[in-house]
Amino acid sequence: MTTADYERNMVLATDTDYKVIGTRPVRHDGADKVTGRAIYGADFDAAGLLHGKILRSPHAHAKIVSIDTSKAEKLDGVKAVVTSKDFPEVGNQWLKDNILASDKALYVGQAIVGVAASNPHVAESALSLIDVEYEVLTPVLTTQEAMATNASILHDSLTTEELGKDTGVVSNVASHTQHVKGDISKGFAEADVVVEREYNTKTVHQGYIEPHNATALWSPDGRLHVWCSTQGSFVVRDSLAELLDMPVSMVRVTPTEIGGGFGGKIPIYLEPVAALLSRKTGAPVKIVMSRKETFEASGPTPGSQIKIKIGAKHDGTITAAYAWMAMEAGAYPGSPVGAAVQCVFSTYDVENSTIDGFDVVVNKPKTAAYRAPGAPNAAFGAEQAINELAEKLGMDPIELRLKNVATEGTRRPDGPVFGRIGAKEVLEAMRDHPHYQSAKAEGTGRGISIGFWFNIGFDSACNIAVNKDGSVNLTEGSTDIGGSRTSIAMHAAEVLGIPVEDVRPSVVDTDTIGFTAVTGGSRTTFATGWAAYEAAQDVKKQCIDRAAIIWDVDANNLQMEDGVISSQSDSELKMTFKELAEQLSDTGGGISGSASVNPSGVGGSFAGNIADVSVDPDTGKTTVERFTCVQDVGKAIHPSYVEGQMQGGSVQGIGWALNEEYFMNDEGTMTNSSLLDYRMPTSLDLPMIDTVIVEVANPGHPFGVRGVGEANIVPPTPALANAIYDATGKRMTSLPMSPGAIQSADAE
Amino acid sequence: MALVFIPSLMQKLSNGEQRVSVEGNNVRQVIDNLDEIFPGFKERLVEDGRVKPNIAVAIDGEITPLGMIEKVSTDSEVHFLPAISGGV
Repeated sequence: MTTADYERNMVLATDTDYKVIGTRPVRHDGADKVTGRAIYGADFDAAGLLHGKILRSPHAHAKIVSIDTSKAEKLDGVKAVVTSKDFPEVGNQWLKDNILASDKALYVGQAIVGVAASNPHVAESALSLIDVEYEVLTPVLTTQEAMATNASILHDSLTTEELGKDTGVVSNVASHTQHVKGDISKGFAEADVVVEREYNTKTVHQGYIEPHNATALWSPDGRLHVWCSTQGSFVVRDSLAELLDMPVSMVRVTPTEIGGGFGGKIPIYLEPVAALLSRKTGAPVKIVMSRKETFEASGPTPGSQIKIKIGAKHDGTITAAYAWMAMEAGAYPGSPVGAAVQCVFSTYDVENSTIDGFDVVVNKPKTAAYRAPGAPNAAFGAEQAINELAEKLGMDPIELRLKNVATEGTRRPDGPVFGRIGAKEVLEAMRDHPHYQSAKAEGTGRGISIGFWFNIGFDSACNIAVNKDGSVNLTEGSTDIGGSRTSIAMHAAEVLGIPVEDVRPSVVDTDTIGFTAVTGGSRTTFATGWAAYEAAQDVKKQCIDRAAIIWDVDANNLQMEDGVISSQSDSELKMTFKELAEQLSDTGGGISGSASVNPSGVGGSFAGNIADVSVDPDTGKTTVERFTCVQDVGKAIHPSYVEGQMQGGSVQGIGWALNEEYFMNDEGTMTNSSLLDYRMPTSLDLPMIDTVIVEVANPGHPFGVRGVGEANIVPPTPALANAIYDATGKRMTSLPMSPGAIQSADAE
Repeated sequence: MALVFIPSLMQKLSNGEQRVSVEGNNVRQVIDNLDEIFPGFKERLVEDGRVKPNIAVAIDGEITPLGMIEKVSTDSEVHFLPAISGGV
């Protein structure tokens, strides 16, 4: 463990003197969370509640010949059985098949039949009475297998798409993406040094502690109400409406508290099954996944195959960069390769680059988002290649990066030009950090890396109502994963000039707030915070107008600063927000403000790592001795939560780097589907993760915010690979860099 | 006129042109006019009057949430990119 002996947070471009923004108040939901009173999905109960279970495919690739549920339906206590035939005929067939398979099972664990019974044990027993006849087919489990000539084809109707063009070629390659900038042949011809390697990564899971769960009640009036653990209640609502052929207004989704998601709780799995079972029974039906089901039947992040080639002149100028990336989509199209191609070289100002990306279906669970999806895979290759280049050039790896770093005005490899970004500032903070300036301990290796995530905006809504005691109720639709209730409340408190403790934030259901996109893409503090800012501005304006009525003066002469309304022309006219709140009922009624936003100007985020490791020469076990995460966050609304994101992303990256993987046997079955065998790091495996917040204000946000949730998981895998190389001389080109892998690798 | 960057996978439609100046006050007009110059672009980019769900449009470096109605100025850069899937 190390102790920070430096100024932790660097304010480089944000000099506004805020009262609330940048402070560290206690989170509003803290007491409920630490006392166990917060209601999670599995806690949900209701009168007459039935319990659902899912029969899942034991085969990774098989035709479903027949399904016989008659014996299960006759079991005492069984109330309903559903299969894919219970879906309406409309809607996206692949989406429906991932909920309940119709003609083919495409991964082990894919749902086939849902059962509702009076208790979970009866439902479990009923599953064993269901007869499913399969015609087993050969599975393909990697992009290499899936892209091979004569590979077993998952979907007879799947043809490769190339940016809006259907090539008509039946294949496991769902799409090909390409970005070209400059002339790569010319660039490599100009290079004095070239590095070229292939890298591979395995399927890994987000590892959220709370398994998926859903409870549905289909009322006799045709309204469907679902309670579930989700990162996006409106996504659940809209997906259910599509699958069940209902208007969105007939579906209400209440997000329960969430025990982690990291992108994996954006898709729906159990909700439609619970809904169909509830429609058949008229009773509420709850389904909760086991850990094994969560591993096998939710959405991990893909394994991938990545080829990187980078060339540079003797002075360190990178002249050309090429990336070829194939990512496993899982059973249905939609890997994050599109994000990977955007991120792979975006840290650098490279004149000539070509990037090819392939979305490839394989017989594994359909992949879902996982914290900067695709970017860590890409960085594992690209950031190792940059270090290798630095070594060949005899340059410091940070100085090489600084020589080529992207800044405002740099054209990205995918075309658009960067606005104000903080990549350079992050690298400078890394270079100047005591960790990097210190000598390595004997027997340790040091590695560095930097990563990029572009962040997103999308829709958010917020309502604020003033209470007569001077507090406000704030309602929003963003699931609170990392303390966002409080960071969003802080936006409102700053605008209104009141303590954040006087803001009561609530995450509400889809009937109660305007459309709000998922908590994901590092968008929540940026976009929902912006909605809160606008809603608070609405309240502020109404407060000034109301004071003008009370004082019978022109509202244009009034201002509201630090929670006090005052006249610019009459110093006697002053009233606090609280004093006004007491009078609202008698002076025209209550005040409430609202806003819906869909902002652009998100501003990408860069994060860098410095990692020191030791590697046991006898076992190959890597110990992370010291780890520093530096990230440009624009403006840290609540620095503790920002540091938490940086530490969380770093830890997940460390687990991905050193231990985590889906062990698949030849038949496509995951053989380590428990948290005992799927080895995520614990506190005992880790040093203190030092954090350095760099604030290069995002001009696209009222307070300069950049999303901070994702960029921090991008650099750990290459930083640790570079550190292991420094310690052992072994260039690790596959993840995870487990003890066995390091032992069997050859030194360069 | 706005400067449209033609993605490499679409440059067959533009006879190899990588950048094309196109008139238009919004994305819809730019795509219509691009299609006038190089037929086939609209079919690649538009479905049911909207930008295809697997295509994103970036104006001056920002992915627009407004699609066809996003305003475009005479000095704007227009990029057509693959929309991000994977559920970010």
